[in-house]
Amino acid sequence: MNNILVLPMIIPVIIGIILMFLRPFIRTQRWMSFAVMVVNTGISLYILNTIQSEGVMRLDFGGWLPPYGILFVGDSFSVLLVLTTSIVTAICLLYAFNSIDRARENMFFYPFVNLLVAGVNGSFLTGDLFNLFVCFEIMLLASYALISIGGTKVQLRESLKYVAINVLSSWFFLIAIGYLYGMLGTLNLAHMSARIAESGQTPTLTVISVLFLVVFSLKAGLLLYFWLPGSYSAPPTAIAALFGALLTKVGIYALFRMFTLLFYHEPSITHTLIGIMAGLTLIGGSIGAIAYNDIRKIISYNVVIAVGFILVGLAVATPAAIEGSIYYLIHDMIAKGLLFLLGGTMIALTGTSKIGNMSGLIRNYPLLGWMFFIALLSLAGIPPLSGFIGKLLVGQGTVEAGSYILLTLAFLSSIFVIYSLLRIFINAFWGETIISKEDEVPLTKGLIIPCVLFTVATIGLGLGAESIALYVNDAVETLLNPEIYIDAVMNNE
Amino acid sequence: METLIIVLAGVLVTVATYLILSRNLIRVILGTAILSHAAHLLLMTMGGLKIGSAPLLGEEAATYTDALPQALILTAIVISFAVTAIFLVIAYRAYQEVGTDNLSDMRGFEDE
Repeated sequence: MNNILVLPMIIPVIIGIILMFLRPFIRTQRWMSFAVMVVNTGISLYILNTIQSEGVMRLDFGGWLPPYGILFVGDSFSVLLVLTTSIVTAICLLYAFNSIDRARENMFFYPFVNLLVAGVNGSFLTGDLFNLFVCFEIMLLASYALISIGGTKVQLRESLKYVAINVLSSWFFLIAIGYLYGMLGTLNLAHMSARIAESGQTPTLTVISVLFLVVFSLKAGLLLYFWLPGSYSAPPTAIAALFGALLTKVGIYALFRMFTLLFYHEPSITHTLIGIMAGLTLIGGSIGAIAYNDIRKIISYNVVIAVGFILVGLAVATPAAIEGSIYYLIHDMIAKGLLFLLGGTMIALTGTSKIGNMSGLIRNYPLLGWMFFIALLSLAGIPPLSGFIGKLLVGQGTVEAGSYILLTLAFLSSIFVIYSLLRIFINAFWGETIISKEDEVPLTKGLIIPCVLFTVATIGLGLGAESIALYVNDAVETLLNPEIYIDAVMNNE
Repeated sequence: METLIIVLAGVLVTVATYLILSRNLIRVILGTAILSHAAHLLLMTMGGLKIGSAPLLGEEAATYTDALPQALILTAIVISFAVTAIFLVIAYRAYQEVGTDNLSDMRGFEDE
């Protein structure tokens, strides 16, 4: 019992609502939302360290003991993601200060970002299935507003697709919850896990788990990613970066939770299915990443590849693979944020998103070029950078489990990541510059500092992997031994 | 009673599927709204339907209706309400901007 657990969700909600009344004061809105993220970072660091000493934390709302009440549960896995969310959002907000136009800022941009973060953090922390649905909806409603804010033609068309697909999958989510409640008579994740372990995972439960797999795959972009490239390339850069870094990751988190805590008894069916879907995602994402000449499309398909790669770890489900997935998940939130910001900066500087129309940017903007190179290496998993340890551990896990097809696909996809990003690098940064000194758009500090911060974060995470190893190991421990989680929730004294 | 409600939910899903597959945007939105009702009915039926018993009658009550699904449906109805509203607003803005509510005409613009 510790009230601090609710703060990462409740602070953004309260500040988001307050900011709606401060509509004319843009500057106040900016710094208040930035302060929220900084405070959240501090709180989640504190929670993370408390969990190390006191074990999994929980907060029963209104003092109703589980399984009767609703509750928040914080284990290392969820709090690590809350921490990364806060950092990524803070940096994206810094970028938004200088890139989002005044009209959008006036149309409640900052309140919606706060509500989005509240939904994301709530989804990470909640301990029962129905509140997962509710927090998903909070997050999605904010994202519907963010994706269509500004109301350009492309945005509205893409947001229609995005809203339609997410509404549909939400109702499927509700249907799946209904079936599961009918089967188990509870919605508390730990209680459900205990009941499934008691009665065994019957075929009906396996079918329900596949329904959940479909629902979360739609949200995470696992195989069912057809809506993703269009909708992630439509909104302005700062929003697209937030989406790319956060939204799919919530789906991935839910998949990890469901298939390590609840439905881990029939891996030959469910985990094989996840493996097949992850493999196909890697193939589809790779093809998409090299098929387009539009920077935003290439970057969006890179999101798809990363989803496939992280889910390879879940499909294999050995300790090393899960550990690798968690490292890669954290890395990917940071690196995708960086990639989206860099791509968006390039588009802002040149006024085009086609790589054929850019050339020699590195002569005008050397720092931008080198940061893009670092992002490229980081995503490909070159040693000192943050992607390496995740790739290594997932690779090790797949070898241990003997799934060589997944291993091959996972590492081939890295080559496609390098190739697709090198195409941007060669076309846009190399060659003769076509921007003369007079036409050169100055690269303002406001645009470059967030990118530098992300670059520092990705290098720091690579070199300092040791410093988060403690937390990641604890997260793996909790994920692979559901009884730790169950014990922390169901043990009432 | 359960059978009747489940059949009703099935009919609603059929109608919703038909509407969602059509080209007209308003029909798609109505389809998702109807699908949400089907999901709510399913959720309620899964808690078990008992005729003539109240949700709670003290601790010694012989029969009582499960109150949890009702609480869940109440939340879900509010959410479906909000989602349908925002969907309609976005559809209306898209209709203003793009000039059509036919989904197959919305594919591809000259700027791509």
